[in-house]
Amino acid sequence: MSKIYIPRDTTALAMGANQIAAEIAAEAEQRGEPVEIVRNGSRGLFWLEPMIEVETANGRIAYGPVERTDIDSLFNSGFLQGSTDHPLCQGLTEAIPYLKKQQRLTFARAGITDPVSLADYQSLDGFNGLKKALQMDPQAIVDEVKSSGLRGRGGAAFPTGIKWQTVLDAVSGQDQKYIVCNADEGDSGTFADRMVMEADPYMLIEGMTIAGLAVGATQGYIYLRSEYPVAHQILNEAIEKAEAAGFLGDNILGSGQRFHLEVRLGAKAYICGEETSLLESLEGKRGLVRAKPPLPAIVGLFGQPTVVNNVLSLAAIPFILSQGGQAYADYGMGRSLGTLPFQLAGNIKRGGLIELAFGLTLRELLEDFGDGTFSGRPMRAVQVGGPLGAYMPESQWDTPLDYEAFAAIGAVLGHGGVVAFDESVDMSEQARFSMEFCVEESCGKCTPCRIGSTRGVEVIDRIRNNENREANLELLSDLCDTMIDGSLCAMGGMTPFPVNSAVKHFPEDFQPKTEQGA
Amino acid sequence: MTVFHEPLQQQVSEVISELKHKPGALLPILHAIQERLGYIPPESVGSIAEALNQSRAEIHGVISFYHQFRTTPPGKHQVEICRAEACQAMGARQLEAHAKSSLGIDYHQTTGDRTLTLEPVYCLGNCACAPSVRVNDEIVGRVTADKFDQLVSELQTQKLEVLS
Repeated sequence: MSKIYIPRDTTALAMGANQIAAEIAAEAEQRGEPVEIVRNGSRGLFWLEPMIEVETANGRIAYGPVERTDIDSLFNSGFLQGSTDHPLCQGLTEAIPYLKKQQRLTFARAGITDPVSLADYQSLDGFNGLKKALQMDPQAIVDEVKSSGLRGRGGAAFPTGIKWQTVLDAVSGQDQKYIVCNADEGDSGTFADRMVMEADPYMLIEGMTIAGLAVGATQGYIYLRSEYPVAHQILNEAIEKAEAAGFLGDNILGSGQRFHLEVRLGAKAYICGEETSLLESLEGKRGLVRAKPPLPAIVGLFGQPTVVNNVLSLAAIPFILSQGGQAYADYGMGRSLGTLPFQLAGNIKRGGLIELAFGLTLRELLEDFGDGTFSGRPMRAVQVGGPLGAYMPESQWDTPLDYEAFAAIGAVLGHGGVVAFDESVDMSEQARFSMEFCVEESCGKCTPCRIGSTRGVEVIDRIRNNENREANLELLSDLCDTMIDGSLCAMGGMTPFPVNSAVKHFPEDFQPKTEQGA
Repeated sequence: MTVFHEPLQQQVSEVISELKHKPGALLPILHAIQERLGYIPPESVGSIAEALNQSRAEIHGVISFYHQFRTTPPGKHQVEICRAEACQAMGARQLEAHAKSSLGIDYHQTTGDRTLTLEPVYCLGNCACAPSVRVNDEIVGRVTADKFDQLVSELQTQKLEVLS
């Protein structure tokens, strides 16, 4: 019997994976060739999706992107018997350069396993970190995380170990602490969290359980954005199976320790990715940002000490516990230790997920991995770090992908999302959109963000209409300063980043159309 | 005043009594009501408020804060077009314009035959195969104007298949 892997990841599904799976099954039956189809996660080589793999004695062989019309010829070429004689054949999956050049710690299992198979997970080191943590005292777990140098992946890059220490040391009046996973991955161009949840959900479950043991929390919530229906389905399947097998619940692996986990859906509000707004939403309120202090580590969910970590931070924990903090810290550069999953998206030929140690340059990512634009036209601007991240012109593409190096040029690395635009982009339109997005998504609590963004759209419209252009450009600059200095959180405080960078690096797009090219 | 039909009230009450004991129960309750009825009838605000010991204003405040919740019945299918940057880089602006003009409706509106409601969405996480559209719970990548028309025509003909 031949074993075929066909992903059930959102992107593979969006490119027709379910239909391909059904038709391959039907074709195999018709031809009398028995097959076992495994619905794995994606490897993150999204330009090849749906990428199907056939297991052979030498390893798995990949074919992609597969369309319905290719199925007949795939069978005729003998792909089930390991023949590589088909135009869509990519050779051994592990040898595809895009994948081979990566350093996968967090995504080590992504795409290899059936995401909800406990046996698959355990056969590739799954739950080893949890088993170790069950033998350790809480302080020792926190120390291991500290020694890894792991920093938050949500944008602020705060050291995870320090956050855990604060929650461990906090005294809870109600004897209840919480672990909250921020799975509200709302930044355009990011999908690493989604891939973790869809390709390797037990890793997140294990990471959260270890966090619970470390700080003394018995309840965890995954706050998942409702825009991710596939992740929702897979997480719920995985949690149910993990509970039934004793990896979650009242008596974790017979240790007497307790941890419960529940997925809660957001309701389409970008601001709820901000940790305090997320907590308000989990409590059943409008997602208004809370002033800090007090820190959520001390007064968090329902007023109790709470660890709020991003999916990627929590997903890095099982490796750190099973291999040791130092093994993680050995990757990376400067104060950016370990690896970062970069996400290449937008107008790019080979979009996907690339996990590498910090330190390669943006250009290497765009050219060596991305292979230029999808449209084939010259690349003009790259937005890094989501809708609140700066637009970078070519002169900045040699910047190393490192938190400090990006901060030094007024850009942000954030969650590692990279969105490429070709020369057809109108940067004044992009700047306007940044303000418009802030109007749409501001929680409304503070004036600079709520009103400033509305005024920002108006001012940019006047500039685009060439009304008092110089004066309005100056006004825009003042307005951006006010938003940066006066906003309560990053929504208002960073919306000026894409706006200012567009004005600074692409001034020709803010000139009247008639003057362009003159 | 609109009459709140008995069966609707019954379903809302069921959802509330099933979920009201959860910590932070309001969002799960609102999701469950919308899941069952397609929207959150304004008439249900009173019973939710009562069950959670909150004011009607608070419940209304939450419903109106989140883009997800709607207080009028939607069309049979919900079509969401991603407006975020990665999709823009791949022609989402043109796709939006095409969708609005070919369906003859704007965002947050429903077609005359009530087949389809059009909504914007900010990122479906399918950014490497943009532009993306979500049809109910299914996400579709690399959507061109032609592919969009084909999706819409499949939604419109599905009705006939059910009847036949």
